[in-house]
Amino acid sequence: MTRISLTVDGAKVADDVEPRMLLVQYLRERLGKTGTVIGCDTSNCGACTVHLDGTSVKSCNVLAVQADGAEVTTIEGLARDGELHPVQESFRECHGLQCGFCTPGMIMQSVALLAENPRPSEEEIRLGLEGNLCRCTGYHNIVRAVQHAADSMDTPAAAPTGGLS
Amino acid sequence: MTATETRPEQGEREIGRERRRKEDQRLITGRTRWTDNIVLPGMLHLAMVRSPFAHARILSVDTEAARGATNVVDVLSGADLADTQGVLINAWPITPDQKTPTHLPVAIDRVAFAGEIVAVVVARTAAEARDAAELVDVEYDVLPPALDLKEAAAADADNGGPLAHPDLGTNKSAHWVFDSAEAGTGGDVEEAIRQARTDGIVLEREYRQQRLIPAFMEPRSTVVDPTGEQLTVWSATQIPHILRFALAATTGIPESKLRVIAPDVGGGFGGKLQTTPEEWITVAVARRLSRPVKYTETRSESLMAGHHGRDQWQKLTLAATKDGTVTGLKVELLADLGAYVSLVGGGVPVLGAFMFNAIYKFPAYHFGVQTVLTNKTWTDAYRGAGRPEATFAIERLMDELAAEVGVDPLAIREQNWIKHEEFPFTTVAGLEYDSGNYEAATARAKELFGYDELRAEQQRRRDSGDPVQLGIGVSTFTEMCGLAPSRVLGSLDYGAGGWEHASVRMLATGKVEVVTGASAHGQGHETAFSQIVADRLGVPFEDVEVLHGDTAISHKGLDTYGSRSLVVGGEALVKAVDKVIDKARPIAAHLLEASADDLEYRGGRFAVRGTDQGMGIAEIASAVFAAHNLPDGVEASLDSDATFDPVNFNYPHGTHLCAMEIDTETGALHMRKYVCVDDIGNVINPLIVAGQVHGGLVQGIAQALWEEAVYDDSGTLVSGSFVDYLLPTAADTISFEVDHTTTPALTNTLGTKGVGEAGTIASTPAVVNAVVDALRPWGVHDVAMPCTPERVWRAIQGADKGGSTTGAAAPHFDAATGMEGTVDRTTGGTDA
Amino acid sequence: MIPAQFDYLAPTTLEEAVAALAEHGDDAKVLAGGQSLLPVLRMRLNAPEMVIDLRRIDALRGIREDGEEIVVGAMTPHSVVAADPLMARHAALVPAAIEHLADAQVRHRGTFGGALAHADPAGDLGAPVLALGATFVAVGPTGRRTIPADDFFVDLFETALAEDEILTEVRIPRRTGWGAHYEKFVRVAHQWPIVAVAATVRAEGGTIAEARVGLTNMGSTPLRARGVEEALVGQPATEEAVRRAAALAADGANPPSDLNGDADYRRHLATVLTRRAVLSAAGA
Repeated sequence: MTRISLTVDGAKVADDVEPRMLLVQYLRERLGKTGTVIGCDTSNCGACTVHLDGTSVKSCNVLAVQADGAEVTTIEGLARDGELHPVQESFRECHGLQCGFCTPGMIMQSVALLAENPRPSEEEIRLGLEGNLCRCTGYHNIVRAVQHAADSMDTPAAAPTGGLS
Repeated sequence: MTATETRPEQGEREIGRERRRKEDQRLITGRTRWTDNIVLPGMLHLAMVRSPFAHARILSVDTEAARGATNVVDVLSGADLADTQGVLINAWPITPDQKTPTHLPVAIDRVAFAGEIVAVVVARTAAEARDAAELVDVEYDVLPPALDLKEAAAADADNGGPLAHPDLGTNKSAHWVFDSAEAGTGGDVEEAIRQARTDGIVLEREYRQQRLIPAFMEPRSTVVDPTGEQLTVWSATQIPHILRFALAATTGIPESKLRVIAPDVGGGFGGKLQTTPEEWITVAVARRLSRPVKYTETRSESLMAGHHGRDQWQKLTLAATKDGTVTGLKVELLADLGAYVSLVGGGVPVLGAFMFNAIYKFPAYHFGVQTVLTNKTWTDAYRGAGRPEATFAIERLMDELAAEVGVDPLAIREQNWIKHEEFPFTTVAGLEYDSGNYEAATARAKELFGYDELRAEQQRRRDSGDPVQLGIGVSTFTEMCGLAPSRVLGSLDYGAGGWEHASVRMLATGKVEVVTGASAHGQGHETAFSQIVADRLGVPFEDVEVLHGDTAISHKGLDTYGSRSLVVGGEALVKAVDKVIDKARPIAAHLLEASADDLEYRGGRFAVRGTDQGMGIAEIASAVFAAHNLPDGVEASLDSDATFDPVNFNYPHGTHLCAMEIDTETGALHMRKYVCVDDIGNVINPLIVAGQVHGGLVQGIAQALWEEAVYDDSGTLVSGSFVDYLLPTAADTISFEVDHTTTPALTNTLGTKGVGEAGTIASTPAVVNAVVDALRPWGVHDVAMPCTPERVWRAIQGADKGGSTTGAAAPHFDAATGMEGTVDRTTGGTDA
Repeated sequence: MIPAQFDYLAPTTLEEAVAALAEHGDDAKVLAGGQSLLPVLRMRLNAPEMVIDLRRIDALRGIREDGEEIVVGAMTPHSVVAADPLMARHAALVPAAIEHLADAQVRHRGTFGGALAHADPAGDLGAPVLALGATFVAVGPTGRRTIPADDFFVDLFETALAEDEILTEVRIPRRTGWGAHYEKFVRVAHQWPIVAVAATVRAEGGTIAEARVGLTNMGSTPLRARGVEEALVGQPATEEAVRRAAALAADGANPPSDLNGDADYRRHLATVLTRRAVLSAAGA
């Protein structure tokens, strides 16, 4: 067992874990953060995407011990003070989800994508989501949702020329 | 019927609104109820020991080392569970003499596919169960596997070909035939072919429907709690009601002692339309140990052992006049069942039998399917189930016919399709198409697509020898969905009916609980059904709560598949709502001191004609709850149940147009444009419909371009993870142009048609037709699915080697390239 | 799926890490970003008894200039390497390749050294690093040594690193002002490359003065297409001239045959992709 301490969705947590425990298992089984899900065993599907120290990672592909000292944000920590994050709101508004299983990962990756590129083109959105599989939506409305979120998060100062296609 | 005349007025309608989904709030915030989220006190975890061999005798199962591992509670072989595990059922024996091998949840003597379960480890954690599973020592005597579909069909005891189940003496399971001359629905196809050989056109083609994997995003998971009077089973399933029935039928547990819950379910696409060994095992272990038990599969296990789809060889003979009017179609299928006959797997090709004639007026039709057992994972429904296979074949053939006659592929279709004024139309397969307008959908699609402009660009690229060629693919599809009229299912020997059930409960506060037997797994039932009830009952959308997926709440139902939820389940709901209104009417009359005949129900309110008096349904519900002042002899309840059994299937249709760019240097394929105009009748929620279409399109496109379950020569699944089973990503797909034309269905009140499978059924041939269209200057008339860049490149290379670059008589590309033993790429016959 | 049990160390200095590796020998696996190792452990294709995590060793992170070389710390994440202005100026081929490497999440977490030490011939970094003529720095119990890129890749998943050595940095000679392009061929975006070509070119007034070309997944290791490089020197950066040189791309290569393509198809792809990569790198 290895002792780890980290911050998850704003709360400080500490546990003894087996070194082999995956971060996603730790989130689900120890912390009850079942909003983050496991969709594959080869890190292809991206359903388990969370933010680790501010960047998106696949939590099935990180050991819990590797997150010692880190700050983790999951889908459950995205809404603040009861207000949905604009990306969450956009997924609902644009019908960017059906069964919803890929949705936590898709939303977390979309948030990371927009943090790195606030005004992405359709192609940039599609490439930015290449690590997240969805079987329901055909991606069409997911792309719309990210575009919608980019619009809704946009501030005049941040807007470069061009904009959304 | 009273309620029909008292519907809410047009201006108030919920139906047709782009309501945002009720389901989404919990899904976008992670407050979800996936089966794998469930944790119960004292819950144990399972790991399966699976056979690495496709076909082997089990000589021994040594569980001793595993039993000794830390925190292991039990280790069970098939023999240990023999008396309690039950068997898996086949609900659709398609012929009386179908060969149906016994399918045990845990194999005892012999395994018949790689991935079959031979032992089960029970431990305190999933990780410890997995650790101990590696300590189970199974000794096998490896047997020759039957793998290749054609070889398996030809194998028998005399020629010594491998048999999937040697005791059956054959791999042939069932042979099912429909013939229009015998059925009296049309002429003799052999005669039509004879005639066409003399003075018309005969096209002979052979197409491969590759094996696919449904690949829903949520891996399957089952939790069983034996605590209490009822055994509670949570499972990631499309079919909680059928699961309950099947468990009761095969395990001896009384149905009344079983409660099955499908909580949030992360997609299915037919892949969770199954009763699985893992479910049976989890039930058996929970009962045996009297402890809650969970099993969640890994993705690798899901791909290896969850049922697969498609996997057919299609041999087709089309007879036509010289100018391209089809005179007959003969279809001979081989369908790969895999190792066992699954819940409805044998029936999948039969669902396609009625669809090869599609939207066309064929005078003669013959269909035959031979289902075949092999030592591969079992197959069953995958989005479209039988109908994509049929649609692919006929839509590919119509393009081939157009090329043969030398006319535009849309023209050849128009020449043969049912004209809109000819509806209702009884087809050569014996179905009555109630409504449709193929002309309208096609005209709209052509306009949106810019068909003529793209044809002109195609010609320019051909003329200039552009290394990037353009192909245009057409698919004018229809399907039969809304499964299904119970009498029809009975005539096809299906083991159940096709009705659906709904209940409406008026709560004391005026809120409405709606219970449906259709169990959602991503479709948006909670939203769309709320709209139907809000519309018809005249209550606020927000006041309707839709409950489903729990047999304790929804005691009756036949679940979700075959694009049936709205057209069957929605109609049941309409009937239940109407009953509520009917029950409320005498109470309203009593309370308003008016005659029931003077009341009209509109906008959620009974109004006394010619006065401003009236009473809302919430107020009546409150009065019923109090029951202080009800008319004599009237029960104190507005609650209603209704079951709807459709009299016919329904027949959405549409025209799909696809433009593909082909890099002739590398064979790389790029989708340039995709337009679809579907006629799905009236639409309840356009947003949900568009989502269904988009997702369906990508699954169909993925069959055309990317996905294939590939086995090696020993029967190991090579495409056993998402590294090798290629699901497309956002970066591989494009935005679609989706539109609708509308001819309401005549067989349900709402006028709706199914939409869940439409995109998948239509898109595969549209894409392949586009690929082949791009390559026609090379004399190519087929590319096997998935159309990989390599196959496209080889098609071009092969044509070059053949020395002919024009005309349908050019040598078929695959004849020139014998490659890759695991992927059989033979695809076509020769022209007449 | 869950990895088998292992013990875990996360030393804070390179010396401790080397000592730990020496102690546990081939029972140990070094963990960098883990983006290749963890799937392998989860599928239980490998079950080390000890995992030595390098994440606490700050000295292994970062990108700096050192004389004529750009030095990339082995534990620097791909996304950091790709965004670094030094790389863009002096080794543009690397960011060009990283742009296509796996997906955003993997690029955030996976490390430059980890990916190279994993030595998957389908990995996207081997060909560019090889083409650029980089040097690998390894530290073991007997000290520090450098390994030229030509010697580093030995076979499928096998490098010149000894079992007790840790890759600490990769030194890339400056190729300031060279054009660069990574041409990757896949069927779906999240796939390993079927074939990819890394090309970097110094052009002088429309003539190719120097060229370096690396091939991904055309054999059991990344490969240099030296024949192409030599044939390009002095040639005009035109379609026709580059086509002639690129025709040599698959010479001496021994590509695999698998679900995504037979060897002969890969050979063909290599020539087409090489032409496209070189032309693009030359700005043509």
